Amino acid sequence: MRRLGWPAIVAAVPLAVILVFVVTGDLLAPFPPNEQNLLLSSGGPTGEHWLGTDDLGRDVLSRVISGARVAVIGPLLVALVAVAVGICLGLAAAYYRGRVDAVISRLVDVMYALPALLVAIVVVGISSGGYAVTVLVLSLLSVPTAIRMIRSAASVQSGLPYVEAAQSLRLPARTVMFRHVLPNIVPTVVATFLLDFVVALIAFSALAFLGIGGQPGSAEWGVMIADGREQILFEPWLALAPAVMIILTAVCATVLGDSVYDRLTARREAR
Amino acid sequence: MIRFLARRLAAMVAMLLLVSFLVFSLLALAPGSLLATLMGTAPSTPELIEATTAKYHLDDPFLVQYGRWLGSALRFDLGTSVRSGEDVLDALGQTLPMSFQLALFALLLVVLVGIPLGAAAGLRRGAATDRVVSTVAAFGMSAPPFAVGLLLVYVFGVLLDWFPVFGSGEGFGDRLWHLVLPAVSLATALMAIVLRQTRAAMLDVMDQDYITFARARGVAPTRVLVRYALRNAAVPIVTSSGVVLIAALSGAVLVETVFSLPGVGSLLVVSVNTKDIPVVQGIAMVAAAFVILVNLAVDVLTGLLDPRVRARQVAS
Repeated sequence: MRRLGWPAIVAAVPLAVILVFVVTGDLLAPFPPNEQNLLLSSGGPTGEHWLGTDDLGRDVLSRVISGARVAVIGPLLVALVAVAVGICLGLAAAYYRGRVDAVISRLVDVMYALPALLVAIVVVGISSGGYAVTVLVLSLLSVPTAIRMIRSAASVQSGLPYVEAAQSLRLPARTVMFRHVLPNIVPTVVATFLLDFVVALIAFSALAFLGIGGQPGSAEWGVMIADGREQILFEPWLALAPAVMIILTAVCATVLGDSVYDRLTARREAR
Repeated sequence: MIRFLARRLAAMVAMLLLVSFLVFSLLALAPGSLLATLMGTAPSTPELIEATTAKYHLDDPFLVQYGRWLGSALRFDLGTSVRSGEDVLDALGQTLPMSFQLALFALLLVVLVGIPLGAAAGLRRGAATDRVVSTVAAFGMSAPPFAVGLLLVYVFGVLLDWFPVFGSGEGFGDRLWHLVLPAVSLATALMAIVLRQTRAAMLDVMDQDYITFARARGVAPTRVLVRYALRNAAVPIVTSSGVVLIAALSGAVLVETVFSLPGVGSLLVVSVNTKDIPVVQGIAMVAAAFVILVNLAVDVLTGLLDPRVRARQVAS
């Protein structure tokens, strides 16, 4: 951990806390996130309610903690799918080159030019899709970046002598790609995963904020921002607390991704 | 060059046709029957059902419907809104200026601040400017525009009370005043892309032998910077500008919603949420045409800037 440098450590701490919230769900929340207490509605921060209460008297801190699960699981799934597909197609394009590469790259180029969030808004919104549809659409839209990054890293490796050596031993293509090339591009895979995670996190919360794909009134960060936006003059904490959580998660994941990538590639070059 | 342009224009028309089919198919994506979607909240009397069926030719096969829709779209007739009964083109005409002003303001900020800062960071790698710029870029890359907008509203609109919080303002000066916070929110995300690309392009160019030799020959530093470095860094900067313009589309939707600006983005969100398909189709077509035009412009511009790219374009 120390090898990664201080920005990575600073970024890892909030991420670890958020991951704990994701795993434990409502267990760590001081109050049930959907319990209404109209006597305490629209209250400012107090000793009991650290971030105050919303217009229905629900505890804002508890809602932020409980919202972590919905906010993070979807993007994690999207990043997993994108990286898995990216590894398969990216490695294939870099290894076989020629026509396989041309077809995959052409497809990636076309999809890369799409305004992804706009497509997600229209498709998820019109189909009234729920969480699963959102995950599916965003995964599809994240695949091009993943393929592009992994293909370019794998292309460099494919030209190296060890690949030719493995081929001359008549190892099957699958073995060369996954056992020989893949371990050498781990930094790129990690960086791609974190990048896709951040992009999906932003997209998920943006859709929820726009009232698409999320449940109105639920303890979801994007929905909470939308609900609290009109109260910003009177009860700023309602919208600010989830907004800060989204920014914190996204920025920390980006910083961690950059540090891990720099560290792993630097170590490789030093050897 | 002319042949290259002609080929690109033909490809553009083919792309638009493909997109128009996808956009028309959106109708089929909506849950429930086409009839229910197209009638909206109108009472379902037999007369109205018949009128709607006749108006949209719902008894025809899907492809015939598409052909008819495409035919009217080519004559700039995009149908009427299910929600308000308004002509889709009129609705677009009323909201486009707002979005255009917001985008122009944000892009000015990006060009005037992002490119010089990125270039400065790339010139002195590892210096204080570079570290600050890289940190800001990492923040902008990952902070969603609507969350940034909200923070800006709170700090500059509520705490400091410098700028208006919601609405679009009347008259030029007031409009400009109302657009400051939205434009800064939008520009933050877009600036990050430009900062990173410009910095990387400058780093790359400054390492080239011809820069070292130009300096060794005693060429004036400004001449080295402008004629040698910037000209060669221009191609990646133009390419990233294309990415920025397309990202601005998505960003504007969020920013307009945060600041309650009556632009195309807000119209899209309302139309999507109320399943007002004709309006969504209209906006999607305009957005697709914009994306395709931007990509064409980037290709032509990079060709004009770099003879090597041009040679490749003409040869292929």
